[in-house]
Amino acid sequence: MTTEILLAGFGGQGILFAGKQLAKTAMHEDKCVSWLPSYGPEMRGGSANCSVIISDKEIGSPIINRPDVLIAFNLPSFDKFESKIKSGGILIANSTLISTKSTRDDINAYYIPATQMASENGLEGGANVIILGYFLKLTKLFDYDKFVDLMVAGIPATKTKLIENNKKALKLGYDYN
Amino acid sequence: MSNKVLMKGNEALAEAAIRNGCIYFFGYPITPQTELAEYMAKRLPKVNGVCLQAESEVAAINMVLGAASSGVRAMTSSSSPGISLKSEGISYMVGSDLPCLICNVQRGGPGLGGIQPAQQDYLQATKANGHGDLHLFVVAPASVQEMVSLVGRAFDVADTYRVPAMILADGALGQMMEPVDFDAALSERRELPEKTWATNGHGGKRKKNIVNSLFINPDELEKSVLERYQRYAKIEENEVLYEETMVEDADIVIVAYGITSRICKSAIEMARAEGIKVGLVRPITLWPYPKAALAKAAETAKHFLVVELNMGQMVDDVKVATNCRRPVSFFGRTGGMLPTAEDVLAEIRKINGGIR
Repeated sequence: MTTEILLAGFGGQGILFAGKQLAKTAMHEDKCVSWLPSYGPEMRGGSANCSVIISDKEIGSPIINRPDVLIAFNLPSFDKFESKIKSGGILIANSTLISTKSTRDDINAYYIPATQMASENGLEGGANVIILGYFLKLTKLFDYDKFVDLMVAGIPATKTKLIENNKKALKLGYDYN
Repeated sequence: MSNKVLMKGNEALAEAAIRNGCIYFFGYPITPQTELAEYMAKRLPKVNGVCLQAESEVAAINMVLGAASSGVRAMTSSSSPGISLKSEGISYMVGSDLPCLICNVQRGGPGLGGIQPAQQDYLQATKANGHGDLHLFVVAPASVQEMVSLVGRAFDVADTYRVPAMILADGALGQMMEPVDFDAALSERRELPEKTWATNGHGGKRKKNIVNSLFINPDELEKSVLERYQRYAKIEENEVLYEETMVEDADIVIVAYGITSRICKSAIEMARAEGIKVGLVRPITLWPYPKAALAKAAETAKHFLVVELNMGQMVDDVKVATNCRRPVSFFGRTGGMLPTAEDVLAEIRKINGGIR
């Protein structure tokens, strides 16, 4: 099985970090993984995206044209990529910054006000991890506890506050209905 | 799980160089290669190495020349415009018979071009990366794991035959992260000749060594070039690397290297699902070129399709290797654009329609 996940939003929203967490967890489950960031003019203009492919077999092209899952962090990303989602695929949209809804009836669309939830809970900059939590619940792609362990392992142990905030953010997203 | 780590191609290549005993790095920043130099700047001081950001690419390659003259493993890295600047120094290193590693994380050109992935330096790398009769040992990785495994190979070939080696990567391979197993990549070691030519100080115990590329007497210069071409002949005989995928029964054989070969593999899978028999020859060494493998493929294949991120720079190599026995088509994007697997599939279908 191959899952192609496209994460897109503004630079600074933690898109690349979120993608890396997915890739790292998949690698620890002995899957084949590729993580390809945008580094071109769009990055300099403020938007960022990254393509994460997770597969049981060797990955051919690391470029995603038709994602199974689109995680859209802002409106420009929604506008640009929503139509590209594979039929039967999943859209997860940050509804704080994306006021429109998908009109497609061949995909499963989910909305979470991640940016608002982050600021209401004193987790500025944590919208990316909140969305990851929601992603875990919706896709059941990874074991929750294992995901937390690997995420925490990537943060210096001295930064206890950061570890707690990330755990809290992930839980918030996971529990969102 | 195994000992895998998730790393960017640029960083993995840098770490592989250090693990292969290269602790002398000289460079100048340029996108999309910069993480390589950045990694060296962080790591090399901790292993008593030297990472020096030179005032220019020209200075950097001449620092590599100086370091390599003393017999140590030394390297530089850059991206397309920077490699053009280094070409003079590269030619001097060839003329001085100095081993080293040069990494080109290609971007779109010509000129300053852009910063997106390209393969527009194929001809430069394989035919004339500098003036004079010369070759570099050129390898093209197709994954982050190969960005690691080919580093040891490149240094070993460079040291064995006293030639500069080049890793010809591209912006996508440099920027993307994939799992890497360093232990697996380092398992293969070969015996290397002693560097008796090195200018490394001897306290008067031997005759002095001179590293030089100036031979003002044409007799001597010709002799040195002929001797070097004997080594090139050995490289062509012993150091060719390539990968074949489903070539045996293929009507259409794609020839592609680096990141493009992976896009082609996805396209081949789709074509096979439609019943079109397509295979792939992926040159891993671009010089020496896998001529024999292509000549053999030409015995059974009906058509070749070259796919590159340029305007068809490798097409003539395929025509020569196959002695023009079969038609050779080309498909590519350039200037930093990447084709999709569907784009390649469309080309395959077109050719397949013609074959029928």
